[in-house]
Amino acid sequence: MVGKPLAAIVSAGCTRFGRLEGVYARELFAEAFKEALDECPNLDPRRDIEGVFVGQMAGEAYEHQGHWGPIVSDWTGLIPAPSIRMENACASSSAALRCAIFAVKSGLVDVALVGGVEKMTHRTTSEVQEFLGLASDHPFEQFNGLTFPGLYALMAVAHMHAYGTTEEQLAMVAVKNHRHGALNPKAHFQKEVTLDAALSSRVIAWPLKLYDCCPISDGAACLIVTNPEIAKRYTDTPVYIIGTGQASSEIGLYERETFTSIPAAKVAARRAYEMAGVTAKDVDVIEVHDCFTIAEIIAYEDLGLCPVGEGGRLVEEGRTTLEGDMPVNASGGLKAKGHPVGATGASQAYEVFHQLRGEAGRRQVPDAELALTHNVGGSGATAIVHIYRV
Amino acid sequence: MPMEAPHTIESFYRFVGEGKLMASKCRECGRLILPPRPVCPHCHSTAMEWVQLSGRGKIRTYTVIHVAPPEFMDKTPYIVAIVELEEGVTLPGIVLGANPEDVEVGMEVEVGFQGEARDKWPTWPRYYFKPRR
Repeated sequence: MVGKPLAAIVSAGCTRFGRLEGVYARELFAEAFKEALDECPNLDPRRDIEGVFVGQMAGEAYEHQGHWGPIVSDWTGLIPAPSIRMENACASSSAALRCAIFAVKSGLVDVALVGGVEKMTHRTTSEVQEFLGLASDHPFEQFNGLTFPGLYALMAVAHMHAYGTTEEQLAMVAVKNHRHGALNPKAHFQKEVTLDAALSSRVIAWPLKLYDCCPISDGAACLIVTNPEIAKRYTDTPVYIIGTGQASSEIGLYERETFTSIPAAKVAARRAYEMAGVTAKDVDVIEVHDCFTIAEIIAYEDLGLCPVGEGGRLVEEGRTTLEGDMPVNASGGLKAKGHPVGATGASQAYEVFHQLRGEAGRRQVPDAELALTHNVGGSGATAIVHIYRV
Repeated sequence: MPMEAPHTIESFYRFVGEGKLMASKCRECGRLILPPRPVCPHCHSTAMEWVQLSGRGKIRTYTVIHVAPPEFMDKTPYIVAIVELEEGVTLPGIVLGANPEDVEVGMEVEVGFQGEARDKWPTWPRYYFKPRR
């Protein structure tokens, strides 16, 4: 039986993702918020919004700025609304969404603003490697020169060794997600790439090449989340969250028993499926955390879309394309849409909000009724899965 | 370093400065723990003792890093592996003395040490791995 609504999303906003010059992160958040407001005329923001939950990973490093909660209340014109900043690396704004669910379920908050933002592109690639690396273990991983591409490369080599996954199959994830991104007017990259171009791009952390890695992007995304019982005050077509799961793994990849899956993602998915009363085969639209191509292949397996070890074959058979029987990352994913870290979880929810309402334009998955988002922090020490229905 | 040293990451690197690779062993549940911890993650005991590892192990997975953070830019390309030590615990480490094309999963390596015992955070003395002769 499909589970009861925990919370509702009644509006959503998202900036274009990409190299957005001449702005601070807070200004991007305000732009995303304005879209959500314009889409929701029945919302009186200062009267209705009782809590703000912001995902933000590393503003301290990128912009020499901490204390993001009240900054977002300020720049969205919501002072004195209480605002809390969540930091779970790349899963920060899914953590914010989960806390908003707790807030509306508790009854203390009826309407919450949830969102996330990151401004990254004004820093050098080397600096960004260092700042992203903050989400990994410092005394052993960062200390030994491991980067995020490096950590996922360690998983890729382990997966290739264990299951025969190939560099071509990794590149096929990039080709697919670029093809989807070309249909998304807010994506960082809106052009297709060929398999040859992906395979011959320069090595970042072998076996991962440039096209195996998501870009460095700027962007913000937000959601208006309400108690499900009042959602129809704000829209005729709310999207209901019916399952939420979060789990932790060891901070160091090297500490885990397996490098070919993300144990926290398996646990988070199991909890979310159980709460929602659904299984993987029921889900129509899936946004997964493809920070690197190998991450999407591992996500297929962790979410139960295919048996363990067969993720490479799943993409090779075309089953996860828009035309396939289980479309994954219709938005273009982190790979083509972009990955402004703090914004990513909220932007996944933004995508499925529009997919479930039939508003996704040229990348619309037909007759989508049930959706799932999978957001991973760091090399998998955090994983958060949400399940949504119309 | 005295064997009564606290079970901290700092103690681990001070041992590295003496050319020793050490792990914590829980006296309650008997498990080896690396990184060392003051509280056993398995049984929550604080009865820990230091055990010296052989420093020999096998590569479980590896990568060759071409784009590095500022501190490592002058070392690219460099190999980083996750090594499973003979005693069953794992550590990541840079692999020196091997060509990237010669490294493979299962390759036997042994630990080496660099730096001075007096080095302080964040530039601890270093351990690294090298092919086993």
